Amino acid sequence: MAVTNGKETGTYQVKSGLAQMLKGGVIMDVVTVEHARIAEDAGACAVMALERVPADIRADGGVARMSDPALIEEIIATVSIPVMAKCRIGHTVEAQILEAIGVDYIDESEVLTPADEQYHVWKHDFKVPFVCGCRDLGEALRRIGEGAAMIRTKGEAGTGDIVEAVRHMRTVMEQVRRVEVMPDDELTAFAKEIGASIELVREVKRLGRMPVVNFAAGGVATPADAALMMHLGADGVFVGSGIFKSGDPSARGKAVVKAVTHYQDPAAIAEASKGLGEPMVGISTRSISAEELLATRGS
Amino acid sequence: MAPAPTVGVLALQGDFEEHLDALDALDVPAAPVRTADELARVGALIVPGGESTAMAKLMDAYGLREPLRAFARSGSPVWGTCAGMILLAERIVEGRPEPLGLIDMLVRRNGFGRQVDSFETDVDFAGLDGGPFHAVFIRAPAVVEIGPAVEVLARLDDGTVVAARQGNLLVTAFHPELTTDRRLHAHFAAMLAVRA
Repeated sequence: MAVTNGKETGTYQVKSGLAQMLKGGVIMDVVTVEHARIAEDAGACAVMALERVPADIRADGGVARMSDPALIEEIIATVSIPVMAKCRIGHTVEAQILEAIGVDYIDESEVLTPADEQYHVWKHDFKVPFVCGCRDLGEALRRIGEGAAMIRTKGEAGTGDIVEAVRHMRTVMEQVRRVEVMPDDELTAFAKEIGASIELVREVKRLGRMPVVNFAAGGVATPADAALMMHLGADGVFVGSGIFKSGDPSARGKAVVKAVTHYQDPAAIAEASKGLGEPMVGISTRSISAEELLATRGS
Repeated sequence: MAPAPTVGVLALQGDFEEHLDALDALDVPAAPVRTADELARVGALIVPGGESTAMAKLMDAYGLREPLRAFARSGSPVWGTCAGMILLAERIVEGRPEPLGLIDMLVRRNGFGRQVDSFETDVDFAGLDGGPFHAVFIRAPAVVEIGPAVEVLARLDDGTVVAARQGNLLVTAFHPELTTDRRLHAHFAAMLAVRA
């Protein structure tokens, strides 16, 4: 945090506030300037700039790292919506590079190969806000404790299989509802059980919701998938491989945006779902071996 | 007695829930607006913070542009916060997205820089009792020029206009919906009460 001429920058309020501006929107993974234009034109509220979408990272294997800063800068120069980019879990220097080139949000992401299998980046030290993945409330509150200003489910990226994102969102929401009605004298034991700070658990009880914006991610492939996640309580949706690995990215992107805005209107989602061409080829998460799962990276 | 008129909040994308919560805290009847039918049922409208490009695309995709213009021109109170201010403006420096062209001002998007330049500060708001307003600016637009019919309500220390009014139209470059100070929401509800 810095103060100049009475202006405070890098506060938690402005970091979490940008996530609030993204609510009700769709954040799309893009790997080229052309993709970024298509995403913005489709109504995306932000783009995630990266070299390979998760489906390709999964297929290629090897070590997945932060993208070339030149590519990210090109995308920043192309679109007027916020640009996010991913750093490896625990890779403080990749995060510093992304902050230095002016990205609007950093995703400390399990989709890339972790740089640290024990610790995450201390995100309070940055002026740029961070989003992190979670599978349950404890993981979400640990990331918030480290300074994350936005949370998303991990799901299972690059599969086009929504089942893990549903599991993670259900788990988080169920735990939030439990905390909301939990007697105060049970909160400490619950905080210990889920591995979160008592202060943040009390904050969840006071608010009756997650303390920051919570998006869905990891496996969204269709407008119906996106609307399902909104029904389960997501504030918005990330679509990784689902748009640019499909037959008609522009039409599918617009349809996913419409399904998120009008998730309570089945007729609108039906209309949006018509004639979109081939969806991305999916991989059932059940067919993936334990060591190839991305969601178990970082906890 | 007729029911109190409802304040609508444009709910295409952005922090519309925060505005609805703020109005709810003041016991002002409020409803989300996603369609022209829903717009026809409210007496005033807030265009919230969010991504102005996304909101403009959705406005066009769902046929809301002309209904919104007609609503504002009929004299119904309309308040734009941040992205909402961009959309209500007459002109945008970057030329896109195409705004609704309602309030006589030229606006520059991300006028203070990128996210790392987003900031909070106190501003003096003309006619608002109770001291300065703590204002949160997120990738906020900057007012570059204003027309003679526009009344300036708040400026930063360097003179930059950050809140203004032209008749039934109110704009703020910052986000009163992100903090717990409800004075500006009460001020806007009063604009509707005067009209009703």
